Amino acid sequence: MSVLVFIDQSEGHIKKASYEVLSYGAKIAELTGTTADGIVLGTVQDDLPSLGRFGIRKVYQVSHESLNGLDAQLYADALAKAIQQVGADVVVFSHNVDGRTIAPRLSARLKAGLVAGAVSLPDTSNGFVVKKNVFSGKAFANVAVNTPVKIISLNPNAYKATEVGGTAEVVNLDIPAATRKVTITAVNKISGELPLTEAELVVSGGRGLKGPENWHLVEDLAKALGAATACSRPVADSHWRPHHEHVGQTGVVVSPNLYIALGISGSIQHLAGVNRSKVIVVVNKDPEAPFFKAADYGIVGDVFDVVPKITEAVKKLKQS
Amino acid sequence: MKILVCVTKTPDTTSKIAFTDNNTKFAQAGVQWIINPYDEWYALVRAVEIKEKYPSTTIHLVTVGAADVEPIIRKALALGGDEAYRVNAESSDSFYVASQIAAIAQAGAYDLVFTGKETLDYNGASIGGMLAELLDLPYVSGATKLELNGTTATINREIEGGEEVCAVPLPLVVSAQKGMAEARIPNMRGIMAARTKPLKVAEPVQTDLLTTIQSYELPPAKTGVKMIPADKPEELVTLLHEEAKVI
Repeated sequence: MSVLVFIDQSEGHIKKASYEVLSYGAKIAELTGTTADGIVLGTVQDDLPSLGRFGIRKVYQVSHESLNGLDAQLYADALAKAIQQVGADVVVFSHNVDGRTIAPRLSARLKAGLVAGAVSLPDTSNGFVVKKNVFSGKAFANVAVNTPVKIISLNPNAYKATEVGGTAEVVNLDIPAATRKVTITAVNKISGELPLTEAELVVSGGRGLKGPENWHLVEDLAKALGAATACSRPVADSHWRPHHEHVGQTGVVVSPNLYIALGISGSIQHLAGVNRSKVIVVVNKDPEAPFFKAADYGIVGDVFDVVPKITEAVKKLKQS
Repeated sequence: MKILVCVTKTPDTTSKIAFTDNNTKFAQAGVQWIINPYDEWYALVRAVEIKEKYPSTTIHLVTVGAADVEPIIRKALALGGDEAYRVNAESSDSFYVASQIAAIAQAGAYDLVFTGKETLDYNGASIGGMLAELLDLPYVSGATKLELNGTTATINREIEGGEEVCAVPLPLVVSAQKGMAEARIPNMRGIMAARTKPLKVAEPVQTDLLTTIQSYELPPAKTGVKMIPADKPEELVTLLHEEAKVI
């Protein structure tokens, strides 16, 4: 009886989302009077014992070369065997791109109920109930898991990574290697940019910026804040900005601590991509822009006038 | 080449989200239903493009739902697809739904099974992965591009801060998202043809429910936007730092 947390890595480096799920898993163990461990698949360069600082006891590792790079079939197989060996009954993933790929497979493999996109700790007062996002951020559902083994994939940024101190013991698990079917032929990362889905702060621009030549307004503010940049759909469709920056229903869904929308009116499709943000700031010259209804802070004003002043104030704050 | 495309109905994005029966049921009154956009715009349209390139391709559609989902299936058939299956069951449990689709997929021996990245109602992003496991096939999720070269598919998938390109032997399951294809509107010929395409109804296979939705809740209403005068934008920064504590 224990909690097992999947530690997601990319090219040997542990993803930030993994810290959140480690803390989340450790908290579940604390609440249910058990212990939490992590598991990592593939070769890792980062220091594993130091992951104990998030409250886990052990890091299990299966380091076959065939597990370098995601092949969901092999990952689910290795995890299923590991879960059996260590006797875990709660398994936690991040609901990031890899978690969304592996957790459902594992669920079907073990016939273990999955709550995908969880936003809270489980309520164990009567069964095992986890709250999750539904209707694209417009509502929540409380989902009861009916099976002995429970799987949760936690929404990115829904639980804060907390360091409690400690060192984890690294344990290599004896699981036979298998043959990959998915061959990764290229990894193209946009260098120097903060991945939008991992960003805690996001500055986003819309048609109100009038053209790609004005994007320095968005970029300067993002740089001052250490934020990622994003855009609305019309901006991406007009090729002012690349499509991977498009935030909304059909683009990237983000859930940062702060989302600053500059010159975006706030269509319902755009809101569906950002309504999981903790704090929303809207700057728009149209006081009737629907986005203000979904915002926490608003400024009715011209982005060309207001944004440089915000950027200056942020720089001043950072220096102080 | 045989392709299976999984489609489902979902409330239109502009629908009001409300609940009845002590917050245990989604209020369907007045809801406009559409084909889940990821299923339609990306998965189905890409399948149709493949058929246009390789005309011997057969496309089957599958959905799990009650009879009221049939107009949605007819619309999907108008976009393309040769025949459709409806499994006569409704469930919010992904494993239940995936098991129903797996039964259809096993009988059809498909080379390629498409799902959308996720549905706009339950946002589980789970059907593709569960289906792949039940069928013991490779699975690539969040695919933005798929090209076929003989018996191998070359697929681009989204990863944090970029994309990964992989080669996977057929048969496989893939979940599609933006980039995979461009949305299309059915033409009159397609709409006419869809009326007579076979729509077969299958009864569900016995499956356990791994999860149950106990209740729904709406997010707490925003307490209202705090407006900052346009001539004092620095006040925003102070509020974000001291009040919201996000910077």
